[in-house]
Amino acid sequence: MYLTREEEAIFDGEFGRAAQKSMEIIVALGEIYDADRLIEVKSAQIAGVSYHNIGDAGLEFLEVLAKDGKARVLATTNPAGMDLKNWRKQDIEDSFARKQLRIMNAFKKMRITTSCTCTPYIAGNLPKFREHVAWSESSAVAYANSVIGARTNREGGPSALASALTGKTANYGLHLQENRNAEVAVNVKMQLRGTSDFGALGWCIGMEIKNRIPYITGIKSASMEELKSLSASIATYGGTAMFHIDGITPERTDRPGERVAINRGNIADAYEGLNDDAAPDFISIGCPHCSLNELRKVSELLKGRKVSTELWVTTSREVKKLSDRIGYTKIIEKAGGRIACDTCVAVAPLKGRFRCMATDSAKNCYYTKGSNGFKTRFGELKTCIDAAVSGEWR
Amino acid sequence: MEIKGRIISKGVANGRVLISKQPLSFYGGVNPENGVVVEKGHELKGRSIKGKVLVFPHGKGSTVGSYTLYRLRKNRAAPKAIINEECEPVVAVGAIISEIPLIDKLEKNPFRFLRNGDLIKVDAVKGFVKKK
Repeated sequence: MYLTREEEAIFDGEFGRAAQKSMEIIVALGEIYDADRLIEVKSAQIAGVSYHNIGDAGLEFLEVLAKDGKARVLATTNPAGMDLKNWRKQDIEDSFARKQLRIMNAFKKMRITTSCTCTPYIAGNLPKFREHVAWSESSAVAYANSVIGARTNREGGPSALASALTGKTANYGLHLQENRNAEVAVNVKMQLRGTSDFGALGWCIGMEIKNRIPYITGIKSASMEELKSLSASIATYGGTAMFHIDGITPERTDRPGERVAINRGNIADAYEGLNDDAAPDFISIGCPHCSLNELRKVSELLKGRKVSTELWVTTSREVKKLSDRIGYTKIIEKAGGRIACDTCVAVAPLKGRFRCMATDSAKNCYYTKGSNGFKTRFGELKTCIDAAVSGEWR
Repeated sequence: MEIKGRIISKGVANGRVLISKQPLSFYGGVNPENGVVVEKGHELKGRSIKGKVLVFPHGKGSTVGSYTLYRLRKNRAAPKAIINEECEPVVAVGAIISEIPLIDKLEKNPFRFLRNGDLIKVDAVKGFVKKK
């Protein structure tokens, strides 16, 4: 693999230890995937932020890197294990909070923006068409590649961080045009409505074609929130890093020969597969983090009502600020719900606190079962909010 | 005899071989405190990888596995070196951040010419392994 003189110098340690380690990581990945050279990235999105996920090992690693590491490009982070301001209200233990805050300090020292959201593209880190970036967070990777047409592989936490500290990534995979073509045609034979339907579609496609790139037809329109939901679920259930939708996503692709159909029965299977037979005591909205428009919908559904279960609405600090200003926050909190920033239920230490979670996010079901051991209920946003009020799933 | 391979993580180490013909997940599959393999049904279950030259086809599982290798190293329970058939990103990144020498794609099949307990040198600076 070819390295420029500057890249060689970083590799040889002339720019410090953290940059050297980072360059070693990027070069090794380049060797593994037969890259010809390195390319510049415009931004990095770094996963592996919650202390719940990375533990003491991750914390130590970040603190060592922070000794002399500095971000060379715009770098933002995934959610942390708690709301960084209101963690006490979330019943987070002091020992956990101390470690989590040390992690955040290590990032800050490296000049990494601690945005703590899985939706960087609506919170200050929006790439443009054909721009190369190095993102982890599988839902944001799928969204960036598919909906925006930016170019990124599915990075892990350390490799995205390595790109932040060097401004480089190896030229392979989805950075190359020839690897971005659709591989399977997927014809959707029913009209989809709302975030949960699009999450169910991601489940179906992921299960059916695994990590191959689909060319999806039969969808007349999709909102930004619906595409966000599809991105999250298709990446969770299939490992897909990219999809094309006829008439909606911006990149051209060849039409693949292999075809599958998704019909009403398949979508129903997804709903059945994600629903356990239990009454929810915890309602979670905002996976991926809510947009302002979703907060508006939640506030409209909650206006003048009172919740009887725990209701968490997760979003980015950026979006919350606007919600505060407009008044959505007040309505949601008056109804007894809480808006949590900087975190999400998949990376917060919630094990044992609830029995069954209801959500409109197919991705959330997967991680909540795995990481927190809850049963799940999956349905459209209105069904979830109604359940928060009545305590029953209908 | 020196057998050439591809350098993934730089460094030199001598140690005794421990072979796993099955892929290995460090996150959840290895106890980070003592290096004992805990994965259900794994051929190395109950055995420690600490201080060994660990030979396995490739890694599998969560990207958090990179940090598990780092934690093993901090706890002095990491392998001395790793030989993979073909390395994948989780183990590659883990070995680099933990400074564990790692070599893959050897010219000869490591599962044929290596036996458990063999004393070998892994030179991941020049890019070869050698029986001692």
